[in-house]
Amino acid sequence: MNNARSAILARLRATPQGMLPALPEWRTDVPSAERLDRFCTLLEASHAEVVTSASQRWPALLAERLKARGNTGAIGPVLYAPGTAHGRQLAEAWADQPDFPLVAYDRPVEELKETLVHGVGAAVTGTMGGIAETGSLILWPTRDEPRLMSLLPPLHIALVDAGALYGTLTEAMIACDWAAGMPTNALLISGPSKTADIEQTLAYGVHGPKELMVIVLDP
Amino acid sequence: MNAPDPAATTASPPHASFAARAHVALADDGLRRKFRRAMDGLMTKRAAQFADTEAWASLRARGAAIRRRALARLPELLEQLEANCRKNGITVHWAETSAEADGIIEGILTRHGVRTIIKGKSMVSEEIHLNHFLGEHGIGAIESDLGEFVIQLAKETPSHIIMPCIHKSKEDVASLFEAKIDGQPYTEDVDVLTATARRVLREQFAAADAGLSGVNFAVAETGTLCLVENEGNGRLSTTLPPLHVAVMGIEKVVEQLEDVPPLLSLLTRSATGQTITTYVNFISGPRKTDEQDGPREVHLVLLDNGRSRIHGDLQLRETLACIRCGACMNHCPVYTRVGGHAYDAVYPGPIGKILTPQIEGLGKAGDLAHASSLCGACGEVCPVAIPIPDLLVRLRREASHAIPSSSVMGAGAQHSAVEDWIWRGWRWMYATPLFYRLATRMLRLIGNRLPASLPMLRDWTRVRAKPQFAPRSLHDLARDRGYHDE
Repeated sequence: MNNARSAILARLRATPQGMLPALPEWRTDVPSAERLDRFCTLLEASHAEVVTSASQRWPALLAERLKARGNTGAIGPVLYAPGTAHGRQLAEAWADQPDFPLVAYDRPVEELKETLVHGVGAAVTGTMGGIAETGSLILWPTRDEPRLMSLLPPLHIALVDAGALYGTLTEAMIACDWAAGMPTNALLISGPSKTADIEQTLAYGVHGPKELMVIVLDP
Repeated sequence: MNAPDPAATTASPPHASFAARAHVALADDGLRRKFRRAMDGLMTKRAAQFADTEAWASLRARGAAIRRRALARLPELLEQLEANCRKNGITVHWAETSAEADGIIEGILTRHGVRTIIKGKSMVSEEIHLNHFLGEHGIGAIESDLGEFVIQLAKETPSHIIMPCIHKSKEDVASLFEAKIDGQPYTEDVDVLTATARRVLREQFAAADAGLSGVNFAVAETGTLCLVENEGNGRLSTTLPPLHVAVMGIEKVVEQLEDVPPLLSLLTRSATGQTITTYVNFISGPRKTDEQDGPREVHLVLLDNGRSRIHGDLQLRETLACIRCGACMNHCPVYTRVGGHAYDAVYPGPIGKILTPQIEGLGKAGDLAHASSLCGACGEVCPVAIPIPDLLVRLRREASHAIPSSSVMGAGAQHSAVEDWIWRGWRWMYATPLFYRLATRMLRLIGNRLPASLPMLRDWTRVRAKPQFAPRSLHDLARDRGYHDE
């Protein structure tokens, strides 16, 4: 194995370096005033549902929205992150409502696998913000809010702070200094899971969530 | 529920040459319709993304420069990537050949007692024929990208690098699912077919001992692996099983995290005309001790397989700038008509025509460099400005004339002594005025009477009209007009 390493590097070093071009200037931007609008429009175009809520009221609004679909039992238990502020807010607000039982993702996946894979209908997560240019959510999973929450349940509900919208991915990377310390897994999500592999026909929910609901928190 | 047969292999195609395979493909009207329709759709969607030509030009210039810088600094970037991956807890392996890469992956899996792996889409894993190799060692490999899942069930190979089952109609998929998946009735409803794949593969994800993925970009600065996808199978393969093995060609490294946004924008817009894919996944290590999910171990296999040789030639090095968007094949008049299987190569279309002969050698795959009309569409749409037509011409020349300093594998493999003598005679004729006059007069007299079936002329006239000799030569016409410079 080390032989392969040194042989490959030696071959690469034995050749001329070649041209090292400077990076030509390239910038795109979405003006601050247009960000929220663009962000919502693109997400909706990608088949996501976007709702706006006051930051104190979203758990109630979410319950109303879910109930409005009818057949509340069909949604199934809702996965949440009890270690996060929004997770606690949800648990508190939903303590008395019987329609959507909450399941806490508070232990290693190995102990919760069956529930995660088959037993939950939705999950609520926070985000690190959004990107207006592409209509994307930035997720930065943590110990308190693990990776699979935004992936396994058929419905993913994501909270975005309207004040945390960046114009572009580059802007987000610079503003939050991503290069200084990447998490185990950082993510951009720009709609529900989809495929067009069969005759270029769009179909949703092939592996990840079939539906994405984005709640924009606007205080 | 039936899992796909992991050891499935594809029978080798019946014809040895591209030309023969192309003829078979051209006779298949259904195939041509499917590719025409798909390619037209992809071209239209891409064009809409780059309607602002100024923005396209500056983004493309940035992307091209990023890739050229990465290639110029390749050895140091690979070392930096390795160091940062290690710091992040990712184990890095180096493989000179396909066989070495297969062996390394099999070794990792065997050490962990793995019986089945679930795979995200990876062209490099196709390049090293990983599924077949693992099958021989008793390890099942299940493809989870919907398109790859379909062709694995059908025991075929991908016909496009982004949309692997583009050659299949929904009727084909409906029959296939009915035949191969227990309890699945025949249906052409794409939503139902998709839901079936979800149900079958969800079980496989939950049961798999390891996940395998490719890498779209590897960031040297932070030791980060980027994965771009729409389905979420890439995320599942790299999150749910306890072990993740990523495999990438050594050319996929970039200098810094800020190189990712422009390349990502070029990739998704060129490939499928999307502003961005549903998921962009940045993986920078295995699960930390206090985290609840993610694999406990992450391994990265760096594959050379001829790339360092290609890197040694400054012109051919351009091949390695590729970001695998597939735009060149979507716009290729040859690919659109014959489809991906006619190339009998892992990478079809224009990029395959320059990559495959360099990886497998001009002796084995040199005819692919001729599978082009040199119309230039591929070079024009390439998001990182790879001069594919120039490289095709270079490889054609290398195939017939071995240059002593050539680093191309199999250079001179198509050398023909007869052709050599013809060119020598041609040169001598042009350098000898008396003989030139004699020859042109002769051809004027009898040239048009030569039968099209003569050897060599036959190869030309088979698909083209026979050239007609003018009754009077250019010299005669010039003399009439009063030019006397002989």
